[in-house]
Amino acid sequence: MSVIKMSGIVTRFGDRTIHDGVSLHIEPNEIYGILGGSGSGKSVLMKEMIMLLEPNSGEIVVLDQSLRGISFAQAQALRQQWGVLFQFGALFSSMTIAENIEVQLKEHSDISKEMRARLVQSKIAMVGLEPFVGSLYPSELSGGMIKRAALARALSMEPKLLFLDEPTSGLDPVGARNFDKLIVELRDLLDITVVMITHDLDSIFSIVDRMAILANKKVVAEGSLRNVLQSQHPFVEEFFKNDYTKQKYLDKLDLKEVAGV
Amino acid sequence: MNSQYLQYRIHSKSNECIDVSSSGAWTLDNLRKIENALRAVPHVKKIIWDLSGVDDFDSAGVLLFIKYLEQFETDGAVEVIGYTEAQKDMYQLLNNSENRVLTSQRDNNFLQKIGKNTIDIYADIKEFATFIGHLFVAIANLIIRPKNMRFKEITYHAYESGFSALLIVGLTAFLVGMVIAYQGAVQLAKFGADIFIVDTVAISVVRELGPMITAIVIAGRSGSAYTAEIGAMKITEEISAMRTMGFDPYYFLVIPRLFALMITLPLLVFFADIFGILGGMFAAKMQLGLSVTQFVDRLYEVLDVKHYILGMIKAPVFAFVIATIGCYRGFKVSNNTESIGLHTTASVVNSIFVVIALDALFSVIYTGFGV
Repeated sequence: MSVIKMSGIVTRFGDRTIHDGVSLHIEPNEIYGILGGSGSGKSVLMKEMIMLLEPNSGEIVVLDQSLRGISFAQAQALRQQWGVLFQFGALFSSMTIAENIEVQLKEHSDISKEMRARLVQSKIAMVGLEPFVGSLYPSELSGGMIKRAALARALSMEPKLLFLDEPTSGLDPVGARNFDKLIVELRDLLDITVVMITHDLDSIFSIVDRMAILANKKVVAEGSLRNVLQSQHPFVEEFFKNDYTKQKYLDKLDLKEVAGV
Repeated sequence: MNSQYLQYRIHSKSNECIDVSSSGAWTLDNLRKIENALRAVPHVKKIIWDLSGVDDFDSAGVLLFIKYLEQFETDGAVEVIGYTEAQKDMYQLLNNSENRVLTSQRDNNFLQKIGKNTIDIYADIKEFATFIGHLFVAIANLIIRPKNMRFKEITYHAYESGFSALLIVGLTAFLVGMVIAYQGAVQLAKFGADIFIVDTVAISVVRELGPMITAIVIAGRSGSAYTAEIGAMKITEEISAMRTMGFDPYYFLVIPRLFALMITLPLLVFFADIFGILGGMFAAKMQLGLSVTQFVDRLYEVLDVKHYILGMIKAPVFAFVIATIGCYRGFKVSNNTESIGLHTTASVVNSIFVVIALDALFSVIYTGFGV
């Protein structure tokens, strides 16, 4: 049973077609990467999954709930089952980090104030931030801390599904690897499914279980790294089988045979 | 003819073929001199172009080469020899980019502009209607479930757009009342009808100027702030984040601002009425020597409560217009900082225009009812 299933998605902005029949499915408890060149509609696809945009046609089923003709109450219920990490955090600038993490609990649950405070502190610790960060405002944090704080907020409703938009972009290499590690740990610990848009080769070769490659308005390859590497599509050739990846990843991971390079 | 960059030699046997050899640095600095030399090359059936002497080149030099190669080729055959791999790569790169057809060429004639603007305005009005529709649905929901009301936000915005605006609204109204009185005094004094200055000031301020001046000041002050605040949140994806958390931006952003303004604008109008009349009173004293007692006595006689009510009815309507246009423009901000400026300007211009247009409409309606 898939966590997310998209079939025949067509998206147009004016007379520009972004997706022309995109289909993919995401299985429980996996880290699923959405890859593609810039302008290939990765972010648009994710926005369609989280109901920020609606495709012109096609079927999206998220957590057994079809998004077409979804009622307001169903949509609200669905939204509480996922967390979203935006590329630049999108923390509410008028609230402290603790308030940012707390706000959904306050609005969507009836737990006590004291319990909320504990939950907030546990989330702050979970993403590896110091306790005092809770009292700071987003403008007082560094880029890496903002990502972590935003991840803590995304986790605040104990979601089963986590959407990450370029989680490691703008982080230093060490910070990025730590963030990858954190995502894997949280996946194992909390038993969640992670959907992420990424360009980061390290993430792709180390933590992503399955992925979809978007190119030419379609999914040109989907599956595990091994499956994807067998594709002959120009984008896959260019992205995965260039000299840099050959030396850095394919040699070490014994994937040269699979990739046919 | 020979230059530092280009030498050519006509074959002695026939005048049909020439050897051209390039040399030196084919770079941007020398481009003009090279081009002058190239122009002098005679048009013949065959050219053998030797590039082996070129010791330096950049993309400008290669582009010049491409231009003249094409030109020579229209006259006859050209054979290029002695080029390096680097030159060839550069040539191919630039030649490809040269051949790219500009597909997005836009004709902008006058008629097209009118047509495009008309469609844009139509789409804008349609979108605004959708926004208002959403807003009314949200308000209806709020009446059913009042616990969604954000009282904290409402008081915050009431303070920001109401209380903080007292000084500027009071001062503006005072000055406008003074101007009306001064201008009226000159005319009325000619007829010896000094006392009618009270009628002029009181009725015009309370019925028309009080509400309108307040609305215009608030449109410039709070309407623009609403657009900029919401627009900035749009750019930082805070609004998307709210949506994914199931927080309806209408409850969290629009309704608190709308309700706050609809509560505070009538109060501000009341304040403006008082200061407008005070301004008139001050000017009447200065210009006509009308005492405060005389002024107040006359005020009791002429200023019916009806005038005050007719002016006050407009205030919540103006507040609605300013808040909705301000918020709507904020949501229209697209993903760049420039668009915040554009939409803030549009927000203020639109709301001031609509306020004045509605004021005219109210006058027509009031006259129709004979009040």
